[in-house]
Amino acid sequence: MNQTNRNRASSVSDEMCALYESYGFTQYNMSKFEAYDLYVRNKDFLISDSVITFTDTDGKLLALKPDVTLSIVKSGKDVPDAVQRVYYRENVYRISKGSHSFREMPQTGLECIGDLDTFCLFDVIRLSCLSLALLSPDYVLDLSNLTPVSALFTRLDLQKPLRDAMLKCIGEKNLHELRALANGAGLDETAVKQLETLVTSAGRARDVLPGLKAVFTDEESVNAFAQFETILRLLEGAGLGDKIRLDFSVVSDMKYYNGFVFKGFVRGVPHSVLSGGQYDPLMRRMGRTSGAIGFAVYFDELERYLSEESPYDVDTVLLYDAQTPPETLEQALQSLRQTGVSVTAQRAAQTTLRCRRLLKLENGEVKTVYEHA
Amino acid sequence: MNMLNIALPKGRLGEKAYAMFERAGFPCPSIKENNRKLIFENEEAGVRYFWVKPSDVAIYVERGAADLGIVGKDILLEYEPDVYELLDLGMGKCRMAVAAKRDFRDDRRRTLIVATKFAKIASDFYASQGRDIDIIHLNGSIELAPILSLSDVIVDIVETGTTLKENDLTERETIVSISARLIANKASYKFQSDAIGKIVASMAKQLEETT
Repeated sequence: MNQTNRNRASSVSDEMCALYESYGFTQYNMSKFEAYDLYVRNKDFLISDSVITFTDTDGKLLALKPDVTLSIVKSGKDVPDAVQRVYYRENVYRISKGSHSFREMPQTGLECIGDLDTFCLFDVIRLSCLSLALLSPDYVLDLSNLTPVSALFTRLDLQKPLRDAMLKCIGEKNLHELRALANGAGLDETAVKQLETLVTSAGRARDVLPGLKAVFTDEESVNAFAQFETILRLLEGAGLGDKIRLDFSVVSDMKYYNGFVFKGFVRGVPHSVLSGGQYDPLMRRMGRTSGAIGFAVYFDELERYLSEESPYDVDTVLLYDAQTPPETLEQALQSLRQTGVSVTAQRAAQTTLRCRRLLKLENGEVKTVYEHA
Repeated sequence: MNMLNIALPKGRLGEKAYAMFERAGFPCPSIKENNRKLIFENEEAGVRYFWVKPSDVAIYVERGAADLGIVGKDILLEYEPDVYELLDLGMGKCRMAVAAKRDFRDDRRRTLIVATKFAKIASDFYASQGRDIDIIHLNGSIELAPILSLSDVIVDIVETGTTLKENDLTERETIVSISARLIANKASYKFQSDAIGKIVASMAKQLEETT
């Protein structure tokens, strides 16, 4: 990211942090390094499983953080009836899918951990919408719930390879292969119908949700459906109804995630820029009893989107010659800078330096060579 | 109006796919002109087509340069782009297969040397069998590898089997069936949902009518 883009990204990130603070989240600062062991034990939770490691002076194997959530979960404690609300602005180090090499990736996000109720879930989903709104008014949040899929897989007693293959098809909206897998596994008609409904139902949440009631069949799913309706009502009350799309192709590894999962998109960026969800199973794996939900905004995906194309490298170039006294040059530069523009002094006009205005210092006088509007 | 960008694979498959888009209400007559242009636009229909190398279609779609694309399942399996796979168009049918010289006998005591353009597909296939392999990545004329003892077997796309036969190779195993797929960029799917939905519905209907 160049300086201008970094500044823009940084100011959006500042606004996000201010937003989270106004909702009672406190900043969570952490070390750049973490014991490698933490990531080995939860390898599948990471977006990419490669980690930059090094040996500390005491021989301990450390890693440059590839993820923030694990560190927050690891360091917290379960307190009955309490909810911990933290936000972070950190760099993580992961392999970029495009370049296949490690990159530093700035992230801003939050975690809500504790005795979570429907309001806590709504609050975090709302904040994910408001975070996207800071990036662009033209955004959508794809909201999904893993409960019916998980219940269906459990009811059908599907083995992990088949579950994974089906989950992949759901994530790709790949109805043709999902049908083939279901038929190959001899699933009953109802199950195939439910899977098809999940893959094909997408759109404005209020329009799509009623048609999905038939998929939320077991007791846990019925409760999840009621919670879904409540959260949707609250989001509509907050004026966010039009921004929520219901899309069950948003799926995550059920070893770590459960309940609500979501992804955010802004027009002009080809990937999701925000990703989040409930991760109670991860908490259990790490010996925690609390519930948890959180999300992260990936600023590395926003680099091009946040960049402002400028036709000029500098506003003004002031040409001077060898006879110009340094004091005269300094005085001329000072007075130009005081007008609030960027100025550089050069001995000769450079073709590589793009400037809006070219001035020349002659006998102590500043003359205009050219000036673009 | 937002233009819908569609990446078509150069060649016969792309032409057949274009005909389906045309029938779906997204015509662009200039694409049929015989010239070397790569981009064709019909502003009225709100569509822009471009011809790209078949193996690059998925990249164009994943990176958002194209909203939709037509790509072989082989490419999707090999590169696993983060896209929606919306339809199996049932065209460009072939298979990914293992082939070897007629007299080849697999000796499981030693590492199998596999020549292929599709390293991931080959690795996944042999990993599922617990077979230790060494991959030689080639970009073309894969059939030469076993003939010149560069590899034991090859993993490649087989359409009719003629090339294998003419090079004295035999097909040993089918790994996966391949056909052309309609793919969509995930973000475009949200912001161009009406146009994409219309295309998917029409193409699904066209496929139903032909089967």
